[in-house]
Amino acid sequence: MHPAPSLIVFTTLSGLGFGLLFWLGIGLPEKTGFMAFVLYALGYGLACAGLLASTFHLGHPERALRAFTQWRTSWLSREAVLAVATLLLMAPHAAGAVFLSTPLPVLGAIAGILSLVTVVATAMIYASIRAVPRWHHWSVPPVFLTAALAGGALLAGNLLWAGLLLILFGAALALHWAIGDTRFAAAGSNAGTATGLGRIGKVRLFEPPHSGDNYLLREMVHRVGRKHAGRLRVLALLLGAVLPAILLMLLPGSYWLAGVAAALHLAGVLASRWLFYAQAEHVVGLYYGR
Amino acid sequence: MTALPPPPKRKLGLVIDLDTCVGCHACVTSCKEWNSQGYGAPLADVDAYGDNPLGSFLNRVHAFEVTPAEPEAPPQIVHFPRSCLHCDDAPCVTVCPTGASYKRADDGIVLVNEDICIGCGLCAWACPYGAREMDPAEQVMKKCTLCVDRIYNDALPEEDRVPACVKACPAGARHFGDIADPDSAVSKLVAERGGFDLMPEQGTKPVNKYLPPRPKDRLATQAAPMNRDAAVRPEGGFLGWLDRALERL
Repeated sequence: MHPAPSLIVFTTLSGLGFGLLFWLGIGLPEKTGFMAFVLYALGYGLACAGLLASTFHLGHPERALRAFTQWRTSWLSREAVLAVATLLLMAPHAAGAVFLSTPLPVLGAIAGILSLVTVVATAMIYASIRAVPRWHHWSVPPVFLTAALAGGALLAGNLLWAGLLLILFGAALALHWAIGDTRFAAAGSNAGTATGLGRIGKVRLFEPPHSGDNYLLREMVHRVGRKHAGRLRVLALLLGAVLPAILLMLLPGSYWLAGVAAALHLAGVLASRWLFYAQAEHVVGLYYGR
Repeated sequence: MTALPPPPKRKLGLVIDLDTCVGCHACVTSCKEWNSQGYGAPLADVDAYGDNPLGSFLNRVHAFEVTPAEPEAPPQIVHFPRSCLHCDDAPCVTVCPTGASYKRADDGIVLVNEDICIGCGLCAWACPYGAREMDPAEQVMKKCTLCVDRIYNDALPEEDRVPACVKACPAGARHFGDIADPDSAVSKLVAERGGFDLMPEQGTKPVNKYLPPRPKDRLATQAAPMNRDAAVRPEGGFLGWLDRALERL
């Protein structure tokens, strides 16, 4: 699949923002006044920046409000509804903490849980696409969820939780890669089933329908990004999980170092999201001999 | 609403005969022509005469080589038109966040309401068959409408009330009708010829069916096994003498 920058930024930043809002919602840490303002501004800023980035992917962003209507069937619609509901529910809790030094813990906790549900909904947009076997698997939501929780814990300064969750994120990522590499074969689709000619014998593309480019090839049969996949995986794992976790273990309790760890983690998550799209093979490629 | 309707009584669709398709692309051009002048946004071409032409099409014709499993059977080329299959369990419909993508309850045709499509492209991702293409000019999702503006069009003579691709096919390889009706001509064709679904493992339950190519004639290999040596090595006469003489040189 085409690793569109708008989608990489969307999933990464909104995940990080909602991860931070989760910790703030459940009162870890329970800050008030200016410190609370900085943290909530960061959480809201990241979440909104991510959601805004996603609209750059749309052909008609001026109609984006329509995306809130089909939550009964569409995970994309559910994600949109949940994201806005979370941000609205969190607002009184945040405003109370910032301006009145009186957070609303029950509302905060509900909004915090909703933050995580939003992240799961983001993952489900991908996990629900059966035509991309690598995504169509339960190992996708844990990757998105642990990334959001670990990144959010880093930004919130919950360094003990952050260390644990970084390790879990690394494990979830490695598991998703290991399983993902076997998914296409397991889906059972090949040139024989795609054309139905497999019942006769061995099927090979003889001539494509067009010699130029088209939307399908650009969007779903994109293979450019896979060139350095092996190296990028190591980089994503090191930056996203291993190095930040080591930093936290070496110098526990240093918020300055947590900032460095958060920056490394963000770079690693961005690399892993690039791979998430670039390495995903769509079955339509079978019609194009790929 | 992007929830799928209850199973429609009629399921209009195409039956495509891979035995008779000659790969002429007449269905592709007639589709492009018809769908650029009536229903919905025209199918655009960008840089049509330049270095990097790109256009939206609702129908594409591939060619595949099939090497039969049985020995001595010759490989064959199969021309393969690919378009929307108007699936019963259309994944492109349920993923749509806006309700633009929908399946009609009365005839099962899958359509896009282009006025509310936000152009997110998720439906194209969800389709295993590559049946949907984003229009490069209008930035809305385009797909086969089964020529909904022809098949119910009283202004057209009755013989023209079929999809443009069916009307244009010079080989009679494309058939249009009600797949849900077991007595329809298309259903009989599917039953007679062993029509099949594409990628049934994707769980989409396509309405359109494909008819398999008939096996090719075989060379009479079993009746008279050819002595290849004998064919290139004349035994008697002038050629035989020449053969032996040249060998002795």
